[in-house]
Amino acid sequence: MSQTALEVHNVTVTYDRRPVLWDIDFSLPEGQLVGIVGPNGSGKTTLLKSIMGLVEPSSGYVRLFDRPLDEVRSRISYVPQRESVDWDFPVSVRQVVRMGRYRQGNLFRRLNTEDKRKADEALEKVGMSTFADRQISQLSGGQQQRVFIARSLAQEADLYLMDEPFAGVDAASEDAILTLLRTMKEAGKTVVIVHHDLQTAREFFDWMVLLNTRLVGVGPINEVFTADYLREAYGGQLTILSKVGDLLKERDFPVREKQFRDKP
Amino acid sequence: MMEFFTFSDPNVRLVALGSILLGASAAVVGCFTFLRKRALVGDAIAHSVLPGVCLGFLVSGTKNPWILLAGAVVSGWLSLLVMDFITNRSKLKTDTAIGAVLSVFFGLGILLLTAIQHSGAANQAGLDSFLFGKAASMNRQDIITFSSVALLLLILILAFFKEFKLVSFDPAFAQTVGLPVRALEFVLSTITVLSVATGIHAVGVVLMAALLITPAAAARFWTEKIQVMLLLAAIFGMVSGFFGSFISYIAPSMPTGPWIVMLLSAIAVASVLFAPRRGILARSRLQRQNNHKMLIENLLKTFYSLGERRGEFGDVISISALRQKRAFQSGALQRGLRTLNRHRWIQAAGKDGYRLTPEGLEESKRVVRLHRLWELYLSERMNMAADHVHNTAEAIEHILTPEVEKALLEELDHPIRDPHQSHIPYTKTSKT
Repeated sequence: MSQTALEVHNVTVTYDRRPVLWDIDFSLPEGQLVGIVGPNGSGKTTLLKSIMGLVEPSSGYVRLFDRPLDEVRSRISYVPQRESVDWDFPVSVRQVVRMGRYRQGNLFRRLNTEDKRKADEALEKVGMSTFADRQISQLSGGQQQRVFIARSLAQEADLYLMDEPFAGVDAASEDAILTLLRTMKEAGKTVVIVHHDLQTAREFFDWMVLLNTRLVGVGPINEVFTADYLREAYGGQLTILSKVGDLLKERDFPVREKQFRDKP
Repeated sequence: MMEFFTFSDPNVRLVALGSILLGASAAVVGCFTFLRKRALVGDAIAHSVLPGVCLGFLVSGTKNPWILLAGAVVSGWLSLLVMDFITNRSKLKTDTAIGAVLSVFFGLGILLLTAIQHSGAANQAGLDSFLFGKAASMNRQDIITFSSVALLLLILILAFFKEFKLVSFDPAFAQTVGLPVRALEFVLSTITVLSVATGIHAVGVVLMAALLITPAAAARFWTEKIQVMLLLAAIFGMVSGFFGSFISYIAPSMPTGPWIVMLLSAIAVASVLFAPRRGILARSRLQRQNNHKMLIENLLKTFYSLGERRGEFGDVISISALRQKRAFQSGALQRGLRTLNRHRWIQAAGKDGYRLTPEGLEESKRVVRLHRLWELYLSERMNMAADHVHNTAEAIEHILTPEVEKALLEELDHPIRDPHQSHIPYTKTSKT
C-alpha cells in the first residue's frame, strides 16, 4: 500500500458560526488523481483552503505526508480559483510563473538563473512559452488557467491542490491540462482537484471525494461514482443538519466546546 | 520667480528637493495601495494622522519633526486597526468602517487643532498648514527628517518589490508558499502610514490621498508593466512635489495642497484621455476604425450581391442601386466609396456608377465567404435555424481573422453552400 499524501482529520469549518464543512475525515494515498466533487456550495473550495491553511478550522486538523503543513510546504503546491485574482494586474505571464519560485528562503533575494530556467520550463510544459511576454490581461480564460498551473509546476511539489482548473476552459486548454495531469501522475505526483462537472469527473479521476457540506463518500472512482452515492451528494443538504447550522448562526453558538476540539 | 529657478537660495533648494522626494515616495507607495484596491483606506489614513500630529505637539510642546512624525504614525496605525476591527468584529461592511474612521479621527484632529490654536502656545503657529499643506513652511530639520524617511521608504519598496508584487496580486498564494504575508502586509501598511505622515507637510491631510493614489492611477493608463508603472508614478509625484514647492515660494499665502492636486488632476485627466490603448481617445479612434471597416466591407458585399443577382460581377452599379440594396447614409456612402476607390477595389464608370475591379471582386468574395461560413457554422455547430443566422453573421464577418477563417474551413470541410443554399465564393488562395 502506498503512503498517505493527505490526511484530513475531523475538519469542521464555520463562516459566521454556521458550519460549511461538518467533521470531514478522510485520507488520500500518494500518486493518484483525486477529484473533490459536489454540488455548488458544498464546501469544496473551503476544504481546499483549510488544507492549505488559508482557512482556520473550528475543529480538526490536516496532515500532509504525515506532517503538519509548515514542515512540508515546499512539497505542496496550491492553484487558487482563477477568479480569485485581478487579471488586469500589470504583470506579464513570465512574471506570474516566476512567482512559483518564491519561497520562505529567498525573501529579499532575487531569483537565480536556476529559478528562471525552471519557470520557463513550466511555461513550456503548459504550452504557453510563446505567451511569456504577454500581459496577463490579454489572456483567454483557458490561458489564464494554464499560467496558474505553470506557476504551480514551477514549485516542483509532490502534492498539488487545484481549485477548478477546468472551469471556463476551452477544449484545447482542457486537453493540455489533462495530458499534463496524467504525466504528473506517472511521475508519482498526487493531484487533488476541485471539480464541479460530474460528466467528466469519471474519466478524469482515479479517486474521488464526494462532498456536500458533509463527507458523502471517498475512495477509488468505481466505488464512489455510483448512483446511490451521487444521489446522496446531489439530493440536497440534509434538512435537519442545515437547520442546526442555521440555529448555530442565529444564536451565535460555537460548533464545538473547547475541550472537545480535535487537535493534532 | 527667477530666484526660485536659479536655486541660489539654499533654502529654496532644500524645499524643492524635499518636496520632490516626498512626492516620489508617496507616489511609489501609492502604487501598491492602488493595486491592492485600497485607495479609500489610504484616504482614511491620511485624515487620521491629524490627531496624532496635534497630540505630538501637545505632549512635547515643540514642533520637532520626529515627535510629530511619531504621533502621525501612531494615530495612522490606530485608524487601520480600528477599521480592521470594525470590519471583522461587527456586521458593518468595509465602506462604512472607512467612512466612520475617517470622519471620527479627522473630527478629533480638528478639535485638537482648534484647542491648540486657542491655547495661545507661543510656537503653535503653522500647525494649521498640516490641513492643506505648505511646503515652504518646512525648516531645515523638517526637510532632512522627512527626506530621509522618504528615502528609506523608497529603499524598502525596492528591497521587498518581489514580495509586495506577489502579496498585492495573489495574497492567498503568497501565504501558501510560506511567505510571511501578515508581516509583509504590516510593513506595507506601515510604509503607507509613514509616507502619509511625511507627505502631509507638502499637501496637507485633507488632500494627501491625491498624492498617494492619483500618480498610480494615471501611470496605470500608460503601461501594462508594474516596474514602468512605479517609475511613471514616481515621476508624476516628483513633478507635483516640485510644482508644490514652487507655488509655495511664489505665493506664500497660498496653501500648497490644492495646487498640487490641480496639477495631479491635470496629469490624470490627460492620461485618461490620451493614453494609448486605455485612453478614451484611443478607444474612440478604435471605434471609428471599426465602423469604417464595417462600412467598407458592407459596401463590397453589396457590390458582390448585386453582381451575383445579375450574374455579372463586372457590371456598372449605380449609387441608387447600392442604396436600394442596403440603407447606407449618404455621407458614409461617399466616404466608403472614396476609400474603395483609393484601394482600387472599384472604379468610376459612367455617371454616378462604379464597377468592381478584379482586386475588389477578390476582396468582396472574402467578406461574403466569411459571412456565409459563419452562417454555416452557426447552423451546423450551434444548431441555429437557417432564418436566424443572418443577423449574427452581419457583425461577426468583420472580425474573423485569417486564422479563424482557416479553422472554419477545416472544421466545416471547405463547404460549397451556406444554410440558405447560396454559393460560398472561393478564390485560388482561400481554397488551399
